[in-house]
Amino acid sequence: MSLLTVRDLTVEFTGPKGTARAVDGLSFTVDEGRTLGIVGESGSGKSVTSLAIMGLHDRARVTGSIDVAGTEVVGAGREEIRALRGRRVAMIFQDPLSSLHPHYRVGEQIAEARRLHFGASRRAAHKHAVQLLADVGIPDPGERAGDYPHQFSGGMRQRVMIAMALACEPDLLIADEPTTALDVTVQAQILELIATIQRERGLAVLMITHDLGVVARVADDVLVMYAGRAVERADVDALFAEPRHPYTRGLLGSLPRLTGPAGELTPIAGTPPSPLTPAAGCPFHPRCPDRIATCETVRPDLEGTSHQAACHLTATKKVTP
Amino acid sequence: MIRYIALRLAGVAGVLLVICAVTFVIFFVFPADPALQACGKSCTSERLAMLHHQMGLDRPIWQQFTDYLVGIFAGRTYGTGPLAVQCHFPCLGFSYQNNMPVWDLMMQRLPTTVSIGIGAAVLWLVGGVTVGVVSALRKDSLLDRTMMVGTLTSASLPIYFTAMALTVLVVQIGGLLPYSSYVPIAEDPIGWVKNLILPWVALALLYAAMYARLSRASMVETMAEPYIRTARAKGLPERTVVTKHGLRAGLTPVLTVFGMDLGALLGGAIITESVFGLPGLGRLTIDSIEKSDQPVVMGVALLAAFFITFANLLVDLFYAVLDPQVRYQ
Repeated sequence: MSLLTVRDLTVEFTGPKGTARAVDGLSFTVDEGRTLGIVGESGSGKSVTSLAIMGLHDRARVTGSIDVAGTEVVGAGREEIRALRGRRVAMIFQDPLSSLHPHYRVGEQIAEARRLHFGASRRAAHKHAVQLLADVGIPDPGERAGDYPHQFSGGMRQRVMIAMALACEPDLLIADEPTTALDVTVQAQILELIATIQRERGLAVLMITHDLGVVARVADDVLVMYAGRAVERADVDALFAEPRHPYTRGLLGSLPRLTGPAGELTPIAGTPPSPLTPAAGCPFHPRCPDRIATCETVRPDLEGTSHQAACHLTATKKVTP
Repeated sequence: MIRYIALRLAGVAGVLLVICAVTFVIFFVFPADPALQACGKSCTSERLAMLHHQMGLDRPIWQQFTDYLVGIFAGRTYGTGPLAVQCHFPCLGFSYQNNMPVWDLMMQRLPTTVSIGIGAAVLWLVGGVTVGVVSALRKDSLLDRTMMVGTLTSASLPIYFTAMALTVLVVQIGGLLPYSSYVPIAEDPIGWVKNLILPWVALALLYAAMYARLSRASMVETMAEPYIRTARAKGLPERTVVTKHGLRAGLTPVLTVFGMDLGALLGGAIITESVFGLPGLGRLTIDSIEKSDQPVVMGVALLAAFFITFANLLVDLFYAVLDPQVRYQ
């Protein structure tokens, strides 16, 4: 059963230079106990999407529908969204140091949500916070709960963030680039931790990342975003085995590989489009090596059943992937 | 922490010693001769020499300086015989013009200055920070713009102008309050407030503007921090996000400035006291400079320096309590 259903989501920001459409008609679902990886480069709209699910956009125009466990987020009242935040949906962010309050002890920060949503006493919430710190693998949790964020290492801080997110036993965990600010060795540990927690608690996870390596490690399904739109959606094995969209192929081609013949990496030509001046037709066509005339005028939609791609070429089978 | 406090106290002592030395040198090279001032109109050269001796001015400068320093802690006696004057601990010199130890003279004036300073500080802190925080939360709104223009105007008006404008409007035309004079709070608390409200408002208007702008800038920055987003993501009500998470971090810088300003103000609000004719330390400073009563000028300078360095120390200690990242560094 799907826990999160996003339908026709559009997020627009209006600034002095005009209106930018950061997310453009995005639809996807995340099922209970599954992990969906959203991949895309900077500005593809993946973080904007995650913030929209939390209702954290202040000055954006959000349209469409976001259904979290039966509650509609778009257009919901303040209190309705607050009841979801931290309780049903929890989020961890890219930079754990700046995402933790520098002036409060971590135990207190973890306990805060529990006290808010469950009305737990200070003592009970603290005890629970210490247990959570133990669960996320922080040694000596009773002691460390009294420390401040700056007294932890980067990886430990992200563990604290995860403990904080788990405080109210949410159904959905949104992880927005959770390993980007960490050392490579620590990245692997954090991903392992997220995967373990996901398995043990039956959480649905939305993993936002620009790193296909992260997706390969933790995701069940993958959604590839480009210029605010979904360009491909498949389960993780199918995506890596048989990428259908030229952009996905480009992403995979720009990855270094340990197996196979050593060769030069192939970057994707051109630069990401500006959301202020979207291209006509397929948003990827200016950079696409395989484009045909239709691409410049007609915007492709996701086609297919289990493995979907938004590409005229795949749809007309002119290219064998 | 105790080690830190001890080190800082030693630092304060060092700063005060340096200020002591500097004021002493300035005092010494000052052209006016205090003995000549004390000697009066019918001054003979013998009497002048005797006064020089009595004031210790015939001793080498370094001895005079050590005498001064020792006097601060042990008290001292100026001159000998029937002309001798006692200057008790803490002896910051003797004002021959007022025939009184400088310390006693300053202590007479201090309550007025403290009353003005504390009252104004409460007003400007509450007013300025409120305006700043509301502005920050309603950033770029009409309210924000209006208040920021208001603070700019209020900061641009010189204190003697606001002071006189207030006096004319409220006292002369409105007849709502008496002309300011100092009534001790113990004698008549209501009279104390009534008499001091105009100087408070005049000073507060000047400072509040700066505090409004400072706290606005600091709060705007803080509310854009990722940890504020984290607080919202927990589902906390916006009120808690602002008060518990925003103000805690956003107002810490304001505190630093506040300590320094309050310390400086306790040394005497010279212009405010003069305009309102209040007998505080600022007024004492002006009078003493006019009369070349240098022991007093020096004493007030030292007291002001003490307040500023001490306030600075308190702020740093308080900062360590508020911001755990500062601790033990």
